[in-house]
Amino acid sequence: MALTGVEIFKMLPKTNCKKCGQPTCLAFAMKLAQRQVSLDQCPDVSEEAKQKLGEASAPPIRPTVLGSGELAVKMGEETVLFRHEKKFVNPCAIAVKISDTASEADASKVIDDVLSSEIDRVGQKLRINALFLSNDSGDGAKLEALAKLASTKAPAVAAIISTTSPDAADAALKHYSGKNAVLYGANKDNLEAMAGKAKAHKATLGIAATGLDELCDLTEKAKGFGVADMVIDSGARRAGEILRDNTYIRRSAVKKNFKPLGYPVITFAGRDDSMLESLIAVLGIAKYASIVVLNSAERWKNLALFSLRQNIYTDPQVPMQVQQNIYKIGEPGPKSPFLITTNFSLTYFIVSGEVENSKVPCRLAVLDSEGLSVLTAWAAGKFTASKIAQFIKESGIETELETKELIIPGYVAILSGSIEDKLEGWKITVGPREANGLPAFLKARA
Amino acid sequence: MPFTPPKESYNGKTFELTIGQGDKAVTVGGENVLAFHAFEGSVPREPAVAFEVQDMPPDDWPETVAEVFKNVSSGPVTWAKYCQDSLGAGIIALRLVSTHPDRGDASADQAAETVRKVLAAINVPLIVLGSNHAEKDAAVLVKVAEVLKGTNSLLGKAQESNYKTIVAAAMANDLKLIAMSELDINLSKQLNILIGQMGFDKEKLVTDPMSSALSYGLEYTYSVMERIKLAALAQNDATLQAPMLADVGMFVWKVKETQAAEADLPAWGSLRERGIEWEAVTATSFLIAGADILIMRHPEAIGAVKKFIADMEVK
Ligand code: B12
Ligand code: SF4
Repeated sequence: MALTGVEIFKMLPKTNCKKCGQPTCLAFAMKLAQRQVSLDQCPDVSEEAKQKLGEASAPPIRPTVLGSGELAVKMGEETVLFRHEKKFVNPCAIAVKISDTASEADASKVIDDVLSSEIDRVGQKLRINALFLSNDSGDGAKLEALAKLASTKAPAVAAIISTTSPDAADAALKHYSGKNAVLYGANKDNLEAMAGKAKAHKATLGIAATGLDELCDLTEKAKGFGVADMVIDSGARRAGEILRDNTYIRRSAVKKNFKPLGYPVITFAGRDDSMLESLIAVLGIAKYASIVVLNSAERWKNLALFSLRQNIYTDPQVPMQVQQNIYKIGEPGPKSPFLITTNFSLTYFIVSGEVENSKVPCRLAVLDSEGLSVLTAWAAGKFTASKIAQFIKESGIETELETKELIIPGYVAILSGSIEDKLEGWKITVGPREANGLPAFLKARA
Repeated sequence: MPFTPPKESYNGKTFELTIGQGDKAVTVGGENVLAFHAFEGSVPREPAVAFEVQDMPPDDWPETVAEVFKNVSSGPVTWAKYCQDSLGAGIIALRLVSTHPDRGDASADQAAETVRKVLAAINVPLIVLGSNHAEKDAAVLVKVAEVLKGTNSLLGKAQESNYKTIVAAAMANDLKLIAMSELDINLSKQLNILIGQMGFDKEKLVTDPMSSALSYGLEYTYSVMERIKLAALAQNDATLQAPMLADVGMFVWKVKETQAAEADLPAWGSLRERGIEWEAVTATSFLIAGADILIMRHPEAIGAVKKFIADMEVK
């Protein structure tokens, strides 16, 4: 339960020694209650207090790792309800279901889809993060065969093993030992045995409840059995239920530091209608899921969901940006075209992508415009003739070029005259407005 | 362990706004909680979706969406009737694209005539939008407003640079009005205040905080919408309690993801589904953030979004 500042204060040394950087123990206690400082900043706190306060000052949603190695993802650790308050921390994992009733060929196809799901987007590599291996058959041998197939074909991809049978769990988890798998399917009837299997295989326990009352009950009991890492499912499946339960869970954890629900949430978006499924996944991504489970992974759907996840989880204060620099695309020579744009990641990656498409080697100057797009930067005075002129002059690029010509984005054609005034001896050429006009434009010049 | 749901209750609620007349009229707004949060307050109705129709053939729409309307889009009347009668549109949003100086520069009188014909042909509520050229819109919408008099239609968009004439026209003809600003809660508030100072009834206003497309600024629209909704409810700020509009189709159907061939980008998958998905995902995100009215283009995207709304079971 959340402790108030005063309750915390009672457990501190009360010496006001300031070693924690706060003027008084009370000030430190108040900040700790709001999780603005961490307990280890006070060097003199007693062991007993540490134990009591440790839980209260832990992050409201337990940090948990899904998978292992390079493709592992972090879950939990969120601290707010709305992304404008503060950056959402750990982008929600996307998992695709494979039933153990599927033929080996069908299962292999889904695994292949997942393995080839990686898409490069605005400088980030995005992919399906996990396989949800489901014991629909009720037969432990079938689940194990599926786990074996998945772990052999896709050893680096995380797994969520879904079963209500502790024995089936045990057999399947053997293929994922040490890989931070999730064992999903712990309920009121099998909790203790499932908790045991999760612990034995160092897996995260996935609680499958029917309602929030039961969910709290089960997480507390599982904790009593020594389980620390859990992901939680309230049983919500319809969109309205998902929104309600995920909202209650996030609020309880973040605003009340309510420990029984302070775990990453797993949301089931699965539908027969793939597009509707993707919209339920949108809800999961926007509203507080740490794992969204899908029935299928078509590429068009992946692209949209990865993009949304990236949008929702970007820092609302600082746009994604690239460094100011003059980037070479291909192997430009002294006669190659020279273009300029802003340092907003989205802008940079769209423009550099189209330059690559053109197959014409180029130099692309990227001006630090505080991460704003071309028109926004222009409107905000961050992409101006004088800034451009100064950047070009100071870059020393002149010496590398045969003709001093600079291609500017079509949307800021209005700048061409004033740049020419400020950059003596340079010719300013107005490029197309949209970057997808660049290949034709560059080829026509070559 | 009995769990006590941490419910939020707010002082404010959004205004109820009705467009159109008779049994086809559509009302939006009126909720006193965040979008779809029927579990802790009142969400009297579902959000509404309008089908976009243009006054000229959609020559800049990609094939996926242009193709749906190819037999009807030579004129706005057949196009609008098709949306109403065959696609089940509950609202038509007529965009006067051809009035833009770069797109034919049709006159205000021509635009008014188009609106008159479309009005005569349909019985569902009408939204009429200019071409997003601030100066020209002022001239066009004044004439259009006269034609719309007495129909309780929704007119737009009034922006900071042209609102005075458009607000006066909406007021004189008893219309509902869209006020659009650029992705900033303070700009939205300020424009609504300015419009209110002219004597325009704040309960007849729709706020457009400006849309964007998935992967092209979506997070800005999303967060501005959430902030507006929170200010309307938690701070009971009447200048931000107008229902919100998301004008989705026009942003979505110009981005590369709705146009690039699968052959060029195999990792992006089927172009057709990708385009429809792009519109549906963009629209759904804005519904979750608090949009009350959507303007969309592809009937399958609209169909998917309606299924999503039904899944929310607020009714
Ligand atoms: C998201 C957004 C914002 C975000 C910022 C996002 C960001 N990181 O830049 C926020 C909300 C912060 C914002 C703020 C403002 N914005 Co703003 N914003 C937008 C919006 C919706 C999308 C911008 C975007 O991300 N575009 C995508 C990127 C990839 O586009 P791009 O950089 O232009 O690149 C394209 C082309 O230019 C071309 N290209 C790029 N580089 C190059 C190089 C060469 C050589 C070539 C040939 C081509 C090329 O290729 C790209 C793809 O085709 C646009 C409207 C719109 N839909 O375009 C308005 C828009 C840019 N904003 C506008 C304005 C006015 C503002 C504000 C001044 C509003 C205000 N009064 O406060 C502020 C200024 C910011 C500030 N700090 O003060 C106006 C600009 C008006 C104008 N014509 O100049 C726009 C156009 C909106 C409008 N009125 O319609 N904005
Ligand atoms: S370091 Fe510890 S004892 Fe010293 S002032 Fe801070 S809280 Fe008090």
